Amino acid sequence: MAVNTPTSRDDFADLEAGLDALDSPVGPNDRKAAARRMLNSVWPPILAIIVLIAFWWAAYALKLKPEYVLPSPASAWDSFVAGLESGATQKAVFNSLQRAFVGFAISVVIGTIIGLALTKFAFFRRGFGPLITGLQILPSVAWVPAAIIWFGLSNEAMLFVVIMGATPSIANGIKSGVDQIPPLYPRVGTMLGARGLNQIRYVILPASLPGYLSGLRQGWAFAWRSLMAAELIVFSPALGLGLGQVLDQNRTLGDMPGVMATIISILFVGILVELCFFAPLERRVLRQRGLLGDKL
Amino acid sequence: MSDQTVATTEPRVTVDLPPDVRPVAVQLERVTKVFNDAPGVPPVLQDLSLRVASGEFVCLLGASGCGKSTLLNLVAGLESPTSGSIEVPGGRTALMFQESALFPWLTAGKNIELALRLGGVPRAEWKPEIARLLELVHLSGQGDKRVHELSGGMRQRVALARALAQRARILLMDEPFAALDAITRDVLHEELHRIWQEADLTVIFVTHNVREAVRLGQRVLLMSSRPGMFVRQWQIDIEGPRRIESPGVSALSAEITEDLRREIRRHGR
Repeated sequence: MAVNTPTSRDDFADLEAGLDALDSPVGPNDRKAAARRMLNSVWPPILAIIVLIAFWWAAYALKLKPEYVLPSPASAWDSFVAGLESGATQKAVFNSLQRAFVGFAISVVIGTIIGLALTKFAFFRRGFGPLITGLQILPSVAWVPAAIIWFGLSNEAMLFVVIMGATPSIANGIKSGVDQIPPLYPRVGTMLGARGLNQIRYVILPASLPGYLSGLRQGWAFAWRSLMAAELIVFSPALGLGLGQVLDQNRTLGDMPGVMATIISILFVGILVELCFFAPLERRVLRQRGLLGDKL
Repeated sequence: MSDQTVATTEPRVTVDLPPDVRPVAVQLERVTKVFNDAPGVPPVLQDLSLRVASGEFVCLLGASGCGKSTLLNLVAGLESPTSGSIEVPGGRTALMFQESALFPWLTAGKNIELALRLGGVPRAEWKPEIARLLELVHLSGQGDKRVHELSGGMRQRVALARALAQRARILLMDEPFAALDAITRDVLHEELHRIWQEADLTVIFVTHNVREAVRLGQRVLLMSSRPGMFVRQWQIDIEGPRRIESPGVSALSAEITEDLRREIRRHGR
């Protein structure tokens, strides 16, 4: 065949379509395999929980400690069910979640602004960057005494502690998200005509989303933890009972099954928000960008 | 194959258009670009003059460090020259990179849409325009695919469609096919050639692949490195449709490669 022969239009179209079909990456779209992987990721934690309860039960059965110190899993379960039946648990969960969400939402706004400022202004970054990382290490329970003096035994005091706990993680999250943006993207954005706020909206924010999301996720964990610490200490009849206050009440009443049941509730709510909100969101973002590999 | 040779030692080299001038699309006058002004460091580009005609396909060829990419950035307006002047009367420019540089958080279609949105195209025109551009690069119906679901060749075609969505009349291409396998590159050469003609574009195409330059260009410019200057230019008038394996392409490539090697050897001494 002469090398100079031009391929006919149809031949060329077929060649191109063939290449497209052969070279396109094939994603793992086998639903059965996906279901199997899901099952594989669900049963080990369940098994782990069963083992833990078994240890608890064994320690109880061996009477290592008196019952008012170490109650049986069954009595904790009864207390948990009783709390649900009376509606007290739901109410406490609602109160706590409401405070956590409000505090978290404020932290997102403040943290995002601080984070963007950290990436934009080198001087601000040199000055406040280490400080914000330091604040991330500071246990937010340390803010509780100050908050009580400044805001009294009030919702504001608890919100303050939550915000001080969650904001540094969120600010650092968006900062590291922006730092990891390939330098090519902002250049492309400029080429396409994105300047100023458009550059932030269409390029910087979406490009930094994976880092931002993991910052938000960590921020939520800090918000929830900080709130529980605050609720344990900030108690006033005027305030609605949250899970932390219920826990402290259980302790003062010497209701050990109630203490265990409340601890488990706090853990459960935290995990639930993580599993129902942050994990799917993060997975969706990573899958869209093809960053998930063959993990689920 | 005419050629205009200029001595390598002559510091100021002007490579100019053939006499049958069409309107000028890009004009560089004695452009110098310095990144590092420490003594002993040569400028990236030195005293560079170039005119590209509207509708012309020019390939810039050179080894590493010859400032090819810097030259494109200057024409694109992403950087400004240290001295000299750059005029781009030929219309808007779009830059294409070795990696497709599509945004991975958007689908193929949405990447094109973003260019239309930022370019101020009215919202009602987005959908038909995206469909037209995808059709132009032979990717009809693939607009909903995510970037990671496309092959390297498909990504570059979407990037080409996005460049056209910018209403670009001048395409600046920075080794756009360097990361592709040979057969895909071959197909994209044909695609680019077709779109260049259909859309009546001006193309400045940077590469270090001699055959690619000869396969695609109407004019090939060889650049020296450190400082970047034009050394020689070839006007390419191979008859008939060109392929990378065409004898004419091979013969001229051999000649240009000789010159390119001589240029590189200068730096080994």
